[in-house]
Amino acid sequence: MKNTHVTTTVNGDAVEFICEPDETLLDALRNRLGLTGAKEGCGTGDCGACSVNLNGRLVCSCLVLAAEAEGAQVETIEGMADGEALHPLQRIFIEKAALQCGICTPGILVAAKALLEKNPDPSETEIRYWLAGNLCRCTGYDKIIKAVQAAAAEMRSA
Amino acid sequence: MALDGNEKREFKVIGQRVNRPDGIDKVTGKALFGADLTAPGMLTGRILRSPHAHARIVSIDTSAALAMPGVKAVVTNADLAEPQDDFFRDIKDNVLARDKALYDGHAVAAVAATSRSAARAAIRAIKVEYEQLPHVTDVDDAMKADAPVVQAGRADESVPAGSSPNVTSHFEFGHGDLEAGFAKADTILERSFKTAATHQGYIEPHACLATLGHDGRGELWCCTQGQYNVRTICSQVCGIEATQLRVTASEIGGGFGGKTTCFIEPVALALARKSGKPVKIVMSREEVFRASGPTVSSSSDVKIGMTKDGRITAAQAKLRYQGGAFPCGTVEFGAQAAFAAYDLDAVQTLGWNVLTNRPKEVAYRAPGAPMAIYAVESVVDELCQELGLDPLDVRLKNAARKGTLASYGPTFNDIGLVATLEAAKAHPHYGAPLGENQGRGLSCGFWFNFGGNTCVSLNINHDGTVGVVEGNPDIGGSRASISMMAAEELGIGYDKVRTVITDTNSLGFNDVTDGSRVTFAVGLATIEAARAAIREMCKRAAQIWGIDAEAVVWEDGAAKPSGPNAGDHPPMTLAEIAAVMDNTGGPIAGHHEVNADGAGVSFGVHLVDTEVDTETGATKILRYTVFQDAGKAIHPDYVEGQMQGGAVQGIGWALNEEYIYGEDGRLQNAGFLDYRVPVASDLPEIETVILEIPNPGHPYGVRGVGETPIVPPLAALSNAVSRAANVRMHELPMSPPRLLKAMSER
Amino acid sequence: MVKVKLWGSLRDLAEGQDVVDVDARNFKQLLDQLELQYPALSPQIKRGVSLALDGVIYREAWFTPISEDNEIVLMPYMVGG
Repeated sequence: MKNTHVTTTVNGDAVEFICEPDETLLDALRNRLGLTGAKEGCGTGDCGACSVNLNGRLVCSCLVLAAEAEGAQVETIEGMADGEALHPLQRIFIEKAALQCGICTPGILVAAKALLEKNPDPSETEIRYWLAGNLCRCTGYDKIIKAVQAAAAEMRSA
Repeated sequence: MALDGNEKREFKVIGQRVNRPDGIDKVTGKALFGADLTAPGMLTGRILRSPHAHARIVSIDTSAALAMPGVKAVVTNADLAEPQDDFFRDIKDNVLARDKALYDGHAVAAVAATSRSAARAAIRAIKVEYEQLPHVTDVDDAMKADAPVVQAGRADESVPAGSSPNVTSHFEFGHGDLEAGFAKADTILERSFKTAATHQGYIEPHACLATLGHDGRGELWCCTQGQYNVRTICSQVCGIEATQLRVTASEIGGGFGGKTTCFIEPVALALARKSGKPVKIVMSREEVFRASGPTVSSSSDVKIGMTKDGRITAAQAKLRYQGGAFPCGTVEFGAQAAFAAYDLDAVQTLGWNVLTNRPKEVAYRAPGAPMAIYAVESVVDELCQELGLDPLDVRLKNAARKGTLASYGPTFNDIGLVATLEAAKAHPHYGAPLGENQGRGLSCGFWFNFGGNTCVSLNINHDGTVGVVEGNPDIGGSRASISMMAAEELGIGYDKVRTVITDTNSLGFNDVTDGSRVTFAVGLATIEAARAAIREMCKRAAQIWGIDAEAVVWEDGAAKPSGPNAGDHPPMTLAEIAAVMDNTGGPIAGHHEVNADGAGVSFGVHLVDTEVDTETGATKILRYTVFQDAGKAIHPDYVEGQMQGGAVQGIGWALNEEYIYGEDGRLQNAGFLDYRVPVASDLPEIETVILEIPNPGHPYGVRGVGETPIVPPLAALSNAVSRAANVRMHELPMSPPRLLKAMSER
Repeated sequence: MVKVKLWGSLRDLAEGQDVVDVDARNFKQLLDQLELQYPALSPQIKRGVSLALDGVIYREAWFTPISEDNEIVLMPYMVGG
């Protein structure tokens, strides 16, 4: 099968890559563009470690074909900090020890950012249900939920 | 320098909640995990796996695969070395099957190709002729005399004559006169239990990148709990001298015991050797479930006698663990741990390790203990219900304490169980009211912990900063804790210390990150390395001042003259001594090498409130509190994190997680959709109460905390659900269909 | 002479005894003597054992000193996750 040429925008920058027709967006980000922040935990959309934002929608990049990124706006964990300044979620995740091994962290941060953009003042239950598609095996979620609540409060008062 | 007093109890840095040094890398996506590294000219490795639970491999024809475009190498078991030791030969025969495929998913052959699609096509082109054999996946079935034989001749001398050939070892522990003990009881309960195999469920699948040049030198990058252990295994399985194989541990995306062995690394090295190119293998999630190690499944009988006022008079447990297709050493830890929380005059535990056609069991957090303690704590709870006794009071009445002859042999010295139980009793959670269909459960937990081989280097830099070099992958924030201990001991700021985890060729041997050992043993070695550096810095200051080294003490990060003849010199800080070290004798470093003992056993108590849905059989967790003795919490956030994470893994084990095998012996739920680990919306806040009863075996009193928290949730949940549903549960997981069925039969 | 407590399933390999007397001043001597006096224990000792000394568990440490005042218990080789 012939490879496909894709022109897209990732974290605000125009990029091009060649991919196999059945290649996922996750594989293209990781293997074609060197953006390895999104992780493959399952390849079936169950764990959320590959979460990215595609045209303003939170998606599992393992369930999106790379070819679908043609002309799209893709945002990944690598674009979350503004230069040296971390996004409040990123900073507070460190301060509140909301990660242990860190493999789920990029996906959870991308998902949590998407939540707070939709709903700046989510309840604990809303946070827990929004993040139910992001598996974390280390923390028991407790410190993750508290970090998202703290970041939401800080962002609201900013 | 007076550093003979080992103990330190006043702290400046220890106990603070500092930011972890790898935090920014991990929140920005920069941290490199197992699958995140590439090499020029790298090939993709892929593994062909058996679709059968048990089959003789008649032939493997790789010629068509090798002839395909882009295919650079194919390997089978025959391409690996011939280790003499059973332990390494089993790993070899697990990473690529020898003459039989022993379980669904057992690796049979592997390819390396220039692209993913070429590797996929090559796998399909390998022709394997199988002769299917009868299989067995259930532990009780495997112990029957006429069971299919998984591997013949694997029983050791402990196995009684006449046992099924699948029984590989047998254990007995205990003391006292059981018959006399049971005769004293007012009530005796005997119950049988089953627990399903569960997977560690780390979110990062196994991944590695291997090169093995024509000069025989290898480089291996992989996610592992122990790079030195990987080197030892791969050296044996691939026939490489240790020094020629440099193993670097990537950041690790969870392990929980599951990354303490090898599945793909020897295969990648064999492919790299054959192709002459770097080879990367990344397991899929399905492969992780089918072919990496879950924990054992168990079947057990527990009999306990109790007086009307709640004193246990005798206790017995019979534990049968299946550990997959290769001999495992797990039931002995369940058998030792089963009654560890109790002070008993008469106790006996019996255990059998059993082979089945399942993937080889691998350690999972306090390996062997959760399922044994689940059965014991369930029977204790049922006795309390039957006799109308408070379950916490009964635990306190029978609690092991200093001077108790432990059920596994030794006499306990200082242990924190009673204090932990009292903390639970005093907590508002224990007295909070419950509503309809709600129940409260309680369980004790126990784990041994150990120290192990540890090697640390601590280097003083010219600018007054300090580098710590250690060899244990950081799974849960240990670099922060190690830096904190170095800073505390040296008397400098946490931000002046950087801890790195190095490769196998840059530091002496270190045991795996397991056994709850890192904060204890690496911490201990770091403190001792810092003390060695301090002794040298005091010597340098003494030289500068022209006084005896003995007349110099180290206080608040500086050398100070001390004693009547020391003279009057202003203190020299670490930075001041470092700045002139070239002139005073050269580099200053401290080392410590130790096989650490004295880790100190660990107890925990968990309380949980649940509500059962009588229409669906679903269990909702309303409140959860963990009480545990940490000895000394170096970084309280990460101690709490261990307690919360372990509790939630145990909750998954209790309520949903299970390996489900079909009649055909194939795994039916090899994915996160059907193997359901807890998600955020399943859970409430997990409250934690850290007790600090110093461990005399560590300078700061540290006790390992990582494993104990997974032990109590199984029985705590079962007791809570049984009380809420008004029907006693004897099998895990208590998934909705299973609970619904139990409720319909009550 | 030190007294070494064995776990139950080793009893049959040590002539039916739960506790055996061994002439040893450290762990290495203890293990050597156990193998010499009770050759049937040799396979288990070679596979690995831990020793509890007054309640503290040691995995290796041949030269740990012991005396008749100590409580010494043989245990399986400790593992962890």
